[in-house]
Amino acid sequence: MATTTITRRTIEGISPTRRIIYGVIFLVLALIILFMFTLKMDPATISTMALTPTGVTRGAVGDLVFPALPAMIVMNALVAIAGIYQIVWGFGKRTNLILGLTFLVFLITFLMWTAGSKTLFLGSLLYSGITLSVPVILGAYSGVLSERAGVVNIAIEGMMLMGAMMGALVGSLTQSAWWGLVGAIVAAVLLALLHGWLSIKYKVDQIISGTVINIFATGMTSYISSKFMQHYEHLNGTPIFPRTPIPGLADIPLIGPIFFNTNFFVYSVFALLIILQLAIFKTRWGLRLRSVGEHPKAADTLGINVIRTRYMAVILSGVVAGIAGAFFTVGSIGRFEEMMTAGKGFIGLAAMIFGNWSPIGAFGAGLLFGSFESLGPSLSLLGSKIPSQFVGMLPYIATMVILAGVVGRGQMPAADGTPYTKE
Amino acid sequence: MADKPEKKDVGKIFLEEVNRPAGEKTKKGNGQAVLIPVLAVISGLILGAILIILTTEEVYAGFGRGIFAGLGEAWKVVSTAYVALFKGAVGDPVRIIQALQSGDALEIRRSFNPFLESLVVATPYIFAGLSVALGFRSGLFNIGAEGQIYMGAIFATFVGYSVHGLPAYIHMPLAFLAGAAGGALWGFVPGFLKARTGGNEVINTIMMNWISFRLLEYLLTGPMQRPDSGGSPISPFILSTAEIPQFFAKPIRFHLGFFIALAVALLVYWFLFKTTWGFNLRTVGANPQAGRYAGMNIVLSTIMGMTLAGALSGMAGANEILAVNRTLALGFSPGFGFDSIALALLGGSTPGGVILASLLFGFLRNGATKMMLASNIPIDIISILQAFIIIFIAAPAIIRTIYRLKTPKPESEPVVEPAAQAEGGQ
Repeated sequence: MATTTITRRTIEGISPTRRIIYGVIFLVLALIILFMFTLKMDPATISTMALTPTGVTRGAVGDLVFPALPAMIVMNALVAIAGIYQIVWGFGKRTNLILGLTFLVFLITFLMWTAGSKTLFLGSLLYSGITLSVPVILGAYSGVLSERAGVVNIAIEGMMLMGAMMGALVGSLTQSAWWGLVGAIVAAVLLALLHGWLSIKYKVDQIISGTVINIFATGMTSYISSKFMQHYEHLNGTPIFPRTPIPGLADIPLIGPIFFNTNFFVYSVFALLIILQLAIFKTRWGLRLRSVGEHPKAADTLGINVIRTRYMAVILSGVVAGIAGAFFTVGSIGRFEEMMTAGKGFIGLAAMIFGNWSPIGAFGAGLLFGSFESLGPSLSLLGSKIPSQFVGMLPYIATMVILAGVVGRGQMPAADGTPYTKE
Repeated sequence: MADKPEKKDVGKIFLEEVNRPAGEKTKKGNGQAVLIPVLAVISGLILGAILIILTTEEVYAGFGRGIFAGLGEAWKVVSTAYVALFKGAVGDPVRIIQALQSGDALEIRRSFNPFLESLVVATPYIFAGLSVALGFRSGLFNIGAEGQIYMGAIFATFVGYSVHGLPAYIHMPLAFLAGAAGGALWGFVPGFLKARTGGNEVINTIMMNWISFRLLEYLLTGPMQRPDSGGSPISPFILSTAEIPQFFAKPIRFHLGFFIALAVALLVYWFLFKTTWGFNLRTVGANPQAGRYAGMNIVLSTIMGMTLAGALSGMAGANEILAVNRTLALGFSPGFGFDSIALALLGGSTPGGVILASLLFGFLRNGATKMMLASNIPIDIISILQAFIIIFIAAPAIIRTIYRLKTPKPESEPVVEPAAQAEGGQ
């Protein structure tokens, strides 16, 4: 094993086959839009979109009213053109971005078609989409942090669940949302330490360690919930983080009401996006973190403490997962219910893969996946014929497609999931 | 494609541990192959007892009165709980003896009911545990047993209520095999993706789990909903011809499925250890490189391993519907699929070991139901016990430290070494 070669797939361009597959996907989407929505649209339909979330007055704007069919034809044509351009010339590095945009067009046309001439509450939809995405995005950040250092973390779900429970418990006891948040973070960090201890020190398979933590968190939270929290009301009623508009920014029309008039958790998503993206890719700390995840032996040779870096990454991953968990209780309804995370941690994991192990990608994918969740209920209100469960499946299917490499495989950290033994 | 060999190595170290033939382990490990699982279970029960003590108010009240009062309360709480667990799992020995003496057939059956009920609970565990064990043997981590159980249940239910006019000896096996086919389908997809594209089966099976949960929600609120259910998500009852027969009258649910599970375990043993296919599967699972050099078909082996694992989980789902529930509802599985990971680990991925581990979990879960009634301890303690047990099995070093056991001579070290280096270097 003296000669070890490091070959890395180049990410600058995508292979011709992939380019054509992408192009075909764009064209198929264009055809679906054409036959399912555009051709079925009544030419007289006028679309009405309410751009401000209901009940918000700061930065409110009027409804957007426009004839549906011409708008749809334009969007449809754009997708088709994108498809042809992709097949003939290719978008190169921007392909994934364009893919996201075409999906967005698909979504908008779909919504216009379902809404018909009824008012579409686009502002509310976006607002709830972002709010519902919070745990997914934070979960994805959590995954990015630990996996960049080479520790697979499928325990995000368990950490979030534990955080949610502890947040409610501590928040109720102290009657303070902030202490609830602290409690959630501490609980999740303890589980993260267990994950680190098992997988780094004892070199237990990281999947097993993660599974153990998920099982433990499920059992522990349900145990404490049914033994104490359901019997003593005062243990399960925490104050929640209020909606705190950011002065100035909240008054900006269109984006103000959606992005800057929410609570701590939505702001933390944006703050962490900037912090993590810069820290991981632009600082020495981030370089060390990534080197430990890519090639721990080389990192060790250069004097980086692999074990300590991995512990640190896993603990930070726990901190973020704890914030995500706190969102469920001190961030939204103020009560803990058994199994309330309902797989959000796993969607976060999916978003991390979809977002190519980077904070910005995780953010985008998390927003997309979270919005699918908010779409479900809205669809049934609009009388859609597509069952919301199928919409809910899309994130999972998309992740499998990405993993299979049909539309360009992601860049998994090379030493992800491999325990490190110092020689 | 640089990450190709590395992807195969997710879980490598662990799989090396698991895949070492059981016999070899016993010879070289000073009998620790048996000792460690036993100690893991005992340690789990001790930690469970500590948790019970820490979460009982009476104990704190007792310590408020004095140290001995506190210890007394602690003892009382734990003994009440574990005695209830034992009686709930196996039956009340006093009652059993009295029933045997009285010779009343009905009373005898009733007194044995807790024991029989534990076997009923153990049955799906055997199927699902075999599924994960077979996955481990073929070098795959089947974390998707839960989803495969869902698919098995969906397929079996559908065949169970929609196919009319068949005699029982055809309809019941047909529905059961339909369940196996449903699970196999859900295992085939990640197996195929793993073999063809290198897509990590762990992530894919997790995704497949969630897809199947959503699918069940959809089916039970749409196409498979019972017409007269009044809106609640539940399927029609299966026909009596599709039922797996129960042996005794109503309250006792002990059924033929238990023996089917034992037969399937025997079949899996025969397949894995007595056929060429099984040999290929195990070789590729233990060391893909060696398998490739020996001319084995890695793609086929991976797909087959995952599909068979799926089929076994599907049988667990079919069993639950055809023998116990007889109708499909949301949440029909209390997490059999997730528990099965612990089972396969505890049983050392051997069919015999899986049966023993399943019986243990069956007794624990069934007993915990009674414990919940007797001493107000939530059934969720079972999940916590499981987590402890998996930790101790997966990290035997912890158990060795606690009980001061000798570390067995690591004779397999040279085997692990090149693999580990390949990972580090890649």
